[in-house]
Amino acid sequence: MSLNEWIFIGLFFALSWILPATPIVLGKILAPRRPNPVKHQVYECGVETFGDTRVQFRAQYYIFALVFVLFDVELVFLFPWALAYNQLGLFALFEMTVFIFLLVVALVYTWRKGALTWA
Amino acid sequence: MTELLQDIGLSHGLAVFIAKAVGVMVVGAFGLLWTLLGIWIERKAAGRFQDRLGPNRVGPFGLIQSIADTVKILLKEDLMPQGADRWVFNLAPIVSVVSVMLIWAVVPFSGSWIGSDLNIGVLYLVAVGAFGTVAVLMAGWSSNNKYALLSAFRSVAQLVSYEVPMVLALLVPVLLSGSMSTQTIVEQQHIMYLLAVPLTVLIFLTSGQAETGRGPFDLLEAESEIVSGFHIEYSGMKFGMFYVAEFLHAFTIGVLTAILFMGGWRGPFAEDVPLLGFIYLMIKSMVAYMVLIWVRMTLPRLRIDQLLDFNWKFLVPLSLVNLLVVAFVWKILPDTDQINSFGDALVPTLVLLVVNIALIAGVGAILRERGRRERQRVEARLTAAESAAAGD
Repeated sequence: MSLNEWIFIGLFFALSWILPATPIVLGKILAPRRPNPVKHQVYECGVETFGDTRVQFRAQYYIFALVFVLFDVELVFLFPWALAYNQLGLFALFEMTVFIFLLVVALVYTWRKGALTWA
Repeated sequence: MTELLQDIGLSHGLAVFIAKAVGVMVVGAFGLLWTLLGIWIERKAAGRFQDRLGPNRVGPFGLIQSIADTVKILLKEDLMPQGADRWVFNLAPIVSVVSVMLIWAVVPFSGSWIGSDLNIGVLYLVAVGAFGTVAVLMAGWSSNNKYALLSAFRSVAQLVSYEVPMVLALLVPVLLSGSMSTQTIVEQQHIMYLLAVPLTVLIFLTSGQAETGRGPFDLLEAESEIVSGFHIEYSGMKFGMFYVAEFLHAFTIGVLTAILFMGGWRGPFAEDVPLLGFIYLMIKSMVAYMVLIWVRMTLPRLRIDQLLDFNWKFLVPLSLVNLLVVAFVWKILPDTDQINSFGDALVPTLVLLVVNIALIAGVGAILRERGRRERQRVEARLTAAESAAAGD
């Protein structure tokens, strides 16, 4: 039974690539094609582009990504807990409170460090 | 369907496969066709919100405006900027549609109509939804355009941040129903969870709005700052696919709200007539979706620092507290593991509702106090600046 459910997901995955690809290919066939160098320039408000686009970027983005990873791992642990919650005793609640508290400490630490402030 | 095919003389495996394939085609085609109508509804509603008529020229009430747009966009020349990463550039619009379409595989349209009733449905939703972030980054990075790249950075920071409160909100229906299957969550809602945990619904809608990059959170396409966002270099049908993905994602948030919090297909006689369940689901999704459009049309855009502050310093702590409070109340209530009827659900729902109202009132009081202090601070600074200017 469970495997059958995944057959559907697999087929759906295949189809969901075909459905958006079809109109794009159709557009390729139907649309006019008269390329010239000006059309293929990068559009940056009419100002000619200079330098390389893929330059170094702010470290701030990276910090947010790190904080996200911290919480995402936490969420993965929360799912089985929430799923089995009705069968667990009161102790499970206290355990999870401690677990979340530890992560809140981490959040407060990053907050106090100023990592969450966009400067 | 499977029995019918077996009667013709096909083997069981093949019959199941064909039945699934037909189901896939129906759900997929419905998703895309609904987009055509849905975009019209959204543009009409947006028009009314802004005191204009919206599309009204093509066909009766502008009904076939979307089809006209599709034809127009099909005939646009497809351009790719110099220095673009060809493969990634072409894949990005497809990936963005795929990420949304895959969510529809686990949507229970009615008691018996569901693509795939996975026992880890909610986890699947989270996993597939995160796919969209990759598409945005792919588009921004491969375009070889500085504005597109800036927009991609911003949007990844935004999408990744708002995923945390969204998943924390998703945990609440999982906890209340004791299941991750979307069908079981719907079946367990003898009283819709919206009435039991309104705060969770608010958190879910807010972070859902941010996940779709709409309304006050549409930083990734702030046209006054970064031209038009990560899809600036796309034209023709590739742009069209980004547009479809955006609409479909926003509507899917409405569908998910309906399923997880508003009782999905449940309603009078929905158990006996599957079509009725489908209609109920669509009505509920539309209601949730209209709330999202309402917010989108009403509020001005946030700055990126405000956006991230709002998430990490307000929404994440709030959703953590909310989860623990719901878990605590759920544990001290008797017999919460055996809710099989409206009567069983009544007392827990009322208790949770009261606790939620208290929580909302408490949070509101804190916010008002902080807002008052912030206003005082700004006013003090303004008066200081004024008196300094008068003294010169």
